[in-house]
Amino acid sequence: MNVFGWLLDPAHWTGPQGVPQRLVEHLGYTALTLLIAIIIAVPLGAWIGHTGRGGFLVVGLANGLRALPTLGLLVLLVGAIGIGLLGPLIALVVLAVPPILAGTYAGVRNVDGAVVDAAKGMGMRGRDVLFQVELPNSLPLMIGGIRSSLLQVLSTATIAAFVALGGLGRFIVDGLAVRDFGQMIGGSLLVALLAIVADLLLAGLQKLLVSPGLRAVPQTGRRLRAVPGRAPTAEAA
Amino acid sequence: MTWVLGNLGLIADLTLEHLAFALPPVVLGLLLAIPLGWLANRTRTGRTIVVNLAGLLYTVPSLALFVILPAVLGTGILDRLNVIIALTVYTLALLVRTVADALSAVPGMVIDSATAMGYRPVRRFLSVELPLSIPVVLAGVRVAAVSSISLVTVGSVIGFGGLGKMFTDGFQRDIPQEIIAGIVLVLVMALVIDGLLLLLGRALTPWTQARAGARR
Repeated sequence: MNVFGWLLDPAHWTGPQGVPQRLVEHLGYTALTLLIAIIIAVPLGAWIGHTGRGGFLVVGLANGLRALPTLGLLVLLVGAIGIGLLGPLIALVVLAVPPILAGTYAGVRNVDGAVVDAAKGMGMRGRDVLFQVELPNSLPLMIGGIRSSLLQVLSTATIAAFVALGGLGRFIVDGLAVRDFGQMIGGSLLVALLAIVADLLLAGLQKLLVSPGLRAVPQTGRRLRAVPGRAPTAEAA
Repeated sequence: MTWVLGNLGLIADLTLEHLAFALPPVVLGLLLAIPLGWLANRTRTGRTIVVNLAGLLYTVPSLALFVILPAVLGTGILDRLNVIIALTVYTLALLVRTVADALSAVPGMVIDSATAMGYRPVRRFLSVELPLSIPVVLAGVRVAAVSSISLVTVGSVIGFGGLGKMFTDGFQRDIPQEIIAGIVLVLVMALVIDGLLLLLGRALTPWTQARAGARR
């Protein structure tokens, strides 16, 4: 089987069903979803982390999401709302919110108490403490949550081709329909590549945004301490 | 409910098929993760390589992996083996890091004591280090099992069986009850397997119970 044959055919790189168009669609859904999810989850997570109210709910939600079959949610919502952008978009946002919420909550919650006390001792008010101390300090975990969400959304957007959405998943679903395995494999390679590149970009962004003071990794010997329950929250859907 | 009551046989078949897809990868992934995790825990470079490679594999979306694997392995594109291997890859990617972390958390003094008592490396690993790392590894296995159960459903997009069939079929024939029943069954299965693993972990580590009892 010629794995790269389909990808290398210039005919597949132009027109409304070409790779660039599908890539733009895929990125569009992902960006829109992440934007909405961040607008919902970051303030909510920051508030919950700041006040400490409802934390158990956030943790439960993030854990429960792992078991929720994304395809089921997708077809249920699209069945209820109808084919179009809205149904898949709601499903994607539902999946994207919990990791960001949990990351922001954990980030704000885990800020060193002494740092918060010092900020208060310097005369900072609640809002200043949140914006100038707690949020910058919580960036590593917050962006970690956004990375989990991004992967979740990229992969679920692929599956969304099944409910007649565009994007790179179309190549897999359409390829299967006409038994064009080259097209399926080409599309899959593009999806995998996109996910890896997107994750690396966010990792770079994380390095850029996080204060150097937070990056000072504690000196670890050969026997590193394990942190139970710190398994990746990303679900490779 | 009428749809569910009229199709109990089908649901039972799909549930069994789902388990046959979801559980072997967890066992296989764990068996592979133990030696690799041990290796990763030996040297810092080994650890860096393993952790980064695992992260990379974990990044690839499942639907894409289901399709790429046959191209790499030469299996048929609709071979069930693809799903099993793909999920094994995810489990391995998740657990290799957990195993390395768990092994590195075994107190050095315990290992030194075992060495002083005459345990050779292999036996020491199997009867001291590995049992002591069970609680952390098991937490990882629970995550992997739940993810695996949820991910099997994605395979139905390209025609594989299991409970995901209730999603594709329910969508195409417009039977919302079938979709909802499928979601509930996947969630219940994940919950039950998670609970069973929790109990298994307790049975395998009686000393943690004794410690909790003593504290009380």
